[in-house]
Amino acid sequence: MSAISLNGLTICYGGIPAVHDLSLDVADGESFALVGESGSGKSTVLRAISGLAPEWTGQISVLGASRGHGPDRAFARTCQMVFQDPYGSLHPRKTMDSVLSEPLIVHGLSDRSERVSEALDMVGLGQDFRFRFPHQLSGGQRQRVAIARALMLKPRIMLLDEPTSALDVSVQAEILNLLKRLRRDQGLTYLMVTHNLPVVAFMCERMAVMNGGRVVETAPSSALRTGDFSDPYARHLYAASGGDEIVPEDQE
Amino acid sequence: MTPLLEIDNLRVSFPTPRGRIDVVQNVSFTLGRERLGIVGESGSGKSMTGRAILRLIRPPGEVTADRMIFDGTDLQTRSERAMRPLRGARISMIMQDPKFSLNPVMTVGSQIAEAVRAHESVPRRALAKRVREMLEAVRINDPDRVARMYPHEVSGGMGQRVMIAMMLIPKPDLLIADEPTSALDVSVQAQVLDLIDELIVNNGMGLILISHDLNLVARYCDRILVMNGGRVVESCAAADLHAATHPYTRGLLASIPRIDETRDVLPVLDRSSWGGT
Repeated sequence: MSAISLNGLTICYGGIPAVHDLSLDVADGESFALVGESGSGKSTVLRAISGLAPEWTGQISVLGASRGHGPDRAFARTCQMVFQDPYGSLHPRKTMDSVLSEPLIVHGLSDRSERVSEALDMVGLGQDFRFRFPHQLSGGQRQRVAIARALMLKPRIMLLDEPTSALDVSVQAEILNLLKRLRRDQGLTYLMVTHNLPVVAFMCERMAVMNGGRVVETAPSSALRTGDFSDPYARHLYAASGGDEIVPEDQE
Repeated sequence: MTPLLEIDNLRVSFPTPRGRIDVVQNVSFTLGRERLGIVGESGSGKSMTGRAILRLIRPPGEVTADRMIFDGTDLQTRSERAMRPLRGARISMIMQDPKFSLNPVMTVGSQIAEAVRAHESVPRRALAKRVREMLEAVRINDPDRVARMYPHEVSGGMGQRVMIAMMLIPKPDLLIADEPTSALDVSVQAQVLDLIDELIVNNGMGLILISHDLNLVARYCDRILVMNGGRVVESCAAADLHAATHPYTRGLLASIPRIDETRDVLPVLDRSSWGGT
């Protein structure tokens, strides 16, 4: 059974299509990347899956269950999203404790205190971060909290929308390692949006290259090592990301 | 040849509840008509160094230096009024995000023209021609149409090209580019940097490229300064970056995922090893 299956998906904003007739299958336990430039519709796909862009036609099914257009509580428990900007996705006047408790309250889960402290440990933040506000955290720490919030309901699928593009390279390395470890420990499925091909090479097994609202090529991420792309746009993106500069010295 | 810019022992400090904190300390370099890259993480003081050169740091921030000489004139003793003919005309700065640095209620063409009019008086028709040529130089197709557009009507990559046009049209001697491409896509990034590079080389200007992306700086600069915690920890030729010796530089280099990545875990900077931030 595939974790996420999209069939003939067309997504519109105000009647104007942003994604055309997209079909995609992400296997259970897989890490899949959507890559492309701004405006190629890659984030829109994630927004449609999570219910933030309800103007779509076609079929979205997650773990075999078909998704409707409205908010869906059962869906929220299996599939959670992490947003790009850790500065914008946390409420400035809520402590980390109340940010992390909120999904538990909404879904009526007990043992809130234990679950919050467990989640903080899981993302490598100590208990002393629990009663801090977002402005008292660095960008990397905020993104860790955003990841912890997505993990609160123990989902099986995570939708990651450029989780590291607002962070420094050294912090990016920490967050990527964290995401990789969480996936291994908890058997998560990732659908990740990024424009950074080296991140795909590190994190993902397969990728789909998007351009102008369409998938132009689906390839295994091992293609990034060999440059084995057939579509001209995918090749252009690969070259722009420094793929043309792989020299023997890099492979020592 | 006398250097274009000489900075000796630059210090920038800001007051905090626990006393003044130096965000830049002991930074010294000389710049000819070449391309210098400054790299470091957020908070390493790289942008503050750039701003200090243009004297853009306002009180309570404080800038001191033993020497700050630009093309034979001392930047420190100049009055605010005397700085104005320098800013834009001789030294200009490209900011990070076109969304926030362009005036939303002025057309692109009139903003670029304003950059010229602030420093010289040019007849209207000659000015329009220069704006048009500049927009062509930054590879904007259909410059007449774009000149009439407002910033919200242009894309990020185009907005950044408009910024570059605005900064280069007074023909400065030194260009400070503060993360000129971090708001842009990879494919547009390369175009914008190639463009800056071409204009710099053709006009014989000096460039200070401030970025957190080591590979990008190594590709477009001649020399690199690596900053951490307000200090320059390493200075080397761009070609020798892979042979960098300082643990901080080595750590930064290792933490970048590569396109032909095979490592299972990325090495993370151990912040205790060099006593930095």
